[in-house]
Amino acid sequence: MATPSAVAAAPRRPPVGQVRSGRNVELVLVLAAVAIAVFGYVEVGVNIDGRAPSDAASYGAALAGLALVAHGVIRWKARYADPLLLPLAILLNGIGLVVIYRLDRATPSNHAAPTQLLWSTLGVALFLAVIVVLRDHRLLQRYAYIGALAALVLLILPIFFPPVYGSRIWVTIGPFSFQPGEFAKILLAVFFAAYLAVHRDSLALTGRQIWRWQLPRGRVIGPVLLVWAAFVGVLVLETDLGTSLLLFGLFVVMLYVATARSGWITIGLLLASVGAVTVGWLSPHVHSRVVDWLHPLASIAAGQGANQIAQSLFAFAAGGILGTGLGLGHSILIGFAAKSDFILATIGEELGLVGLVALFLLYALLVSRGVRTGIALRDPFGRLLAIGLAALIAIQVFVVAGGVLDLIPLTGLTLPFIAQGGSSVVTNWIIVALLVRMSDSARRPSAPEET
Amino acid sequence: MAKPRNPQRRHGISTTGRRAGMFCLVLILALAGQATWVQVFQAKAYDDNAANQRTAIERYAQPRGNILVGAAPVTGSAPTGGRFDYKRTYTDGSQFAAVTGFSSQIYGNTQLEGTEDSLLSGTDNRLAGWALWDEISRKQNPGGDVYTTISKAAQQAAMQGLGNQKGAVAAIEPSTGRILALASTPSYDPGSFAGSTAADQNAWNALQADTNQPMLNRALRQTYPPGSTFKVVTAAAALANGTVTDINAPTGAPSPYVLPGTTTTLVNDTTACDRSGLSLDTAMVLSCNSVLGYLGVQTGLDKMTAMAENFGFNDAKLDIPVRAARSNFDTRMNQSQVALSSIGQFDTAATPLVMAMVAAGVANNGTVMYPQLVDKLTKSDGTTVQVMKPSTYKQAMSPAVAGQVQQLMTDVVDNGTGRNARISGATVGGKTGTAQHGVDNSGTPYAWFISWAKPAGSSAVPPVAVAVVIADSNATDVTGGGLAAPIAKSVMQAVLQDH
Repeated sequence: MATPSAVAAAPRRPPVGQVRSGRNVELVLVLAAVAIAVFGYVEVGVNIDGRAPSDAASYGAALAGLALVAHGVIRWKARYADPLLLPLAILLNGIGLVVIYRLDRATPSNHAAPTQLLWSTLGVALFLAVIVVLRDHRLLQRYAYIGALAALVLLILPIFFPPVYGSRIWVTIGPFSFQPGEFAKILLAVFFAAYLAVHRDSLALTGRQIWRWQLPRGRVIGPVLLVWAAFVGVLVLETDLGTSLLLFGLFVVMLYVATARSGWITIGLLLASVGAVTVGWLSPHVHSRVVDWLHPLASIAAGQGANQIAQSLFAFAAGGILGTGLGLGHSILIGFAAKSDFILATIGEELGLVGLVALFLLYALLVSRGVRTGIALRDPFGRLLAIGLAALIAIQVFVVAGGVLDLIPLTGLTLPFIAQGGSSVVTNWIIVALLVRMSDSARRPSAPEET
Repeated sequence: MAKPRNPQRRHGISTTGRRAGMFCLVLILALAGQATWVQVFQAKAYDDNAANQRTAIERYAQPRGNILVGAAPVTGSAPTGGRFDYKRTYTDGSQFAAVTGFSSQIYGNTQLEGTEDSLLSGTDNRLAGWALWDEISRKQNPGGDVYTTISKAAQQAAMQGLGNQKGAVAAIEPSTGRILALASTPSYDPGSFAGSTAADQNAWNALQADTNQPMLNRALRQTYPPGSTFKVVTAAAALANGTVTDINAPTGAPSPYVLPGTTTTLVNDTTACDRSGLSLDTAMVLSCNSVLGYLGVQTGLDKMTAMAENFGFNDAKLDIPVRAARSNFDTRMNQSQVALSSIGQFDTAATPLVMAMVAAGVANNGTVMYPQLVDKLTKSDGTTVQVMKPSTYKQAMSPAVAGQVQQLMTDVVDNGTGRNARISGATVGGKTGTAQHGVDNSGTPYAWFISWAKPAGSSAVPPVAVAVVIADSNATDVTGGGLAAPIAKSVMQAVLQDH
């Protein structure tokens, strides 16, 4: 029960009974998300074979099982969590499974959907573990530095493994392979949030003034720059440009949110431009990406046929406004990475602009719920972390989708929750788990704290 | 100098976080904007890009509609197992190649396969039940069928008659213009390169390299000097314009006939022609160059041109619906050239199709019907899409004049050079032609025969008119009567028996 002092300490929090937990809304939305995914699965079968896939029921049951278990644990351990987060994650993951299953039908020798379902299960398991084990997100603050170190190790690891398609981002042990960079980005977000929460005032208020810009003291900004430089340096060595761009964007956004110094954005963009030009100049790999971005159809004129970007654009164009319908497009012409980096092209072709915009809206909703959580929280660490994680999703969607849509050079990242890739889907479930945990803290009425 | 700012003036995380959120939404909005640009505004350009395989994939995703002769398809579709699901097959490809043309995944579609492609491939709007809804739902309609006017028996007779020789046959039903046979030899199997494999490419390359040009449709797309068969046109012009009124009266042609403005005599193939006072009928029966050359000059260039054009000469857009090559009769000539042109020499050149129109126009009492190869178009379920109606091409001459020309042609077969085309129990009218060509006439002459036939005693319009040309044969004695007439005879017999 609320004590008078607790009410006084948190005046914006209404007492228990006035807050609707939203759990029933979440249940309805989760079931709707499962239904949409199953509908998509059936549609693929109907459009390709003329009948529903024989395992549609078991597929639906598996997805519904995961969804209901996750919902149950939220009811039990995070009763006041934002009711949109879980349904959004389930829906995105379900759409991903449907599209991967659809692409499997075009590659009879390579079936990725069962593996993806397995990884999704592991992702949900970790989601539950985070919610059950992590009672308060502020505990993470204590492990921020160890986390940053662990992240650096994770990022360095792939250097000792053979490169895959020009990038050293994979760790392969026996039949298993994963991208440590995916996990590292959460740890880095935690580190930034923790560090900036402590030092934001000194970053913002002290330091040297040069003309109109106020620069922070070296001893304050130094460690952050060092960590960031280590990450980006490693990633450039591994030619994992997508993750470099993602971490850089995250860094700039969080720095701005923490300090409110728009000068950081200027400096950030300046650094990014210098870095981009340098890398583009030094690395032929990157240089070719930039050329492909500016002239996606050049390889056709050169008589070498359509390259991946051109094939991707053909797929989007073929979809038009309404799309061909699931299973009826030819995005498999993209070839390599059709199920991972280029999976958005399949959605664009088969669900059309309408489906694509709907998907973007789902991401926008997920991002805005994350930002809202951050704003509603009281502690600076939580606020920075929630906004940082939301920005992580938004930037990642922008980098990969912008790449395949030829809006920016293609760098290679996974579309959150949808693209094939175990590390990615597991990481995204952990991000949503953290947002669920923090939104529960943000919306929890003024009951005795559980710490 | 360090200059601390007022903490109160700095924005809190609520504000900066909200701005960061707005920034994230702008990023996503930019994606939606780019998607709209690509999927709506740029879509057509990408769809039409030659490197985009989707158009081809969709085209071959379903079996192609069929081309039918009588009630039986002469085409089919077979699954390929490749990216392009179905390819064209032909039940008796070389037999009907001049009718169907080809449909190849690499080399495109020609002739009937080309002109009727939208119906056969299913994209024709007339196949759609609800055009707008089909557009939205991207429904692909099954390909429709094309029923030809070809008579299987006549086509077989034509191909068999041509055999190993280089030549062509066109046969027409005079009263309607329906094309009964369209044959060209040497022929080819259009199914041999319908797919997209290396074997298809090899077959195509071999056909392209063949000096005998097996893929040339000689019945439609090649013109030959018509030689003496053109005398039918000259006779019709002379009679229609009053140059000659009685086919049995002397024409007034001098012997020998010196080409106007020259000192050259227009020679005849037979000495029987080398006398004055010959009638038109005798001149036709003997195929006298001198008389018909003289009559052409007497009739005059303008009237000769008009009569030739009544039969399809100088028509560069004769579409049946496959476009025939333009047959030529010069419109600016001196009198000696008119004389030569009137016996089918000089620059006069005709497709077998147009020469069949000459015979058919005479047989149809002077009315030339527009030749047509397509009888009707249907949906895959048999529902009619369009039935082609006969239409008049030109009224070439009066029925009375046509009757006179019919008499001339009948006499040629009964008593003259066309005896090889006689059919017992039938009335046959015809005209032979043996056209010299090459430098100093060194080439093997083109052997022509044009004719029509009807059951003896019938007063109806003859059911068949035919033109045959043999361009290259191993025969020692190359004449229209010897080489071409027997083929015309067997084609006419096939139609008469069918009738």
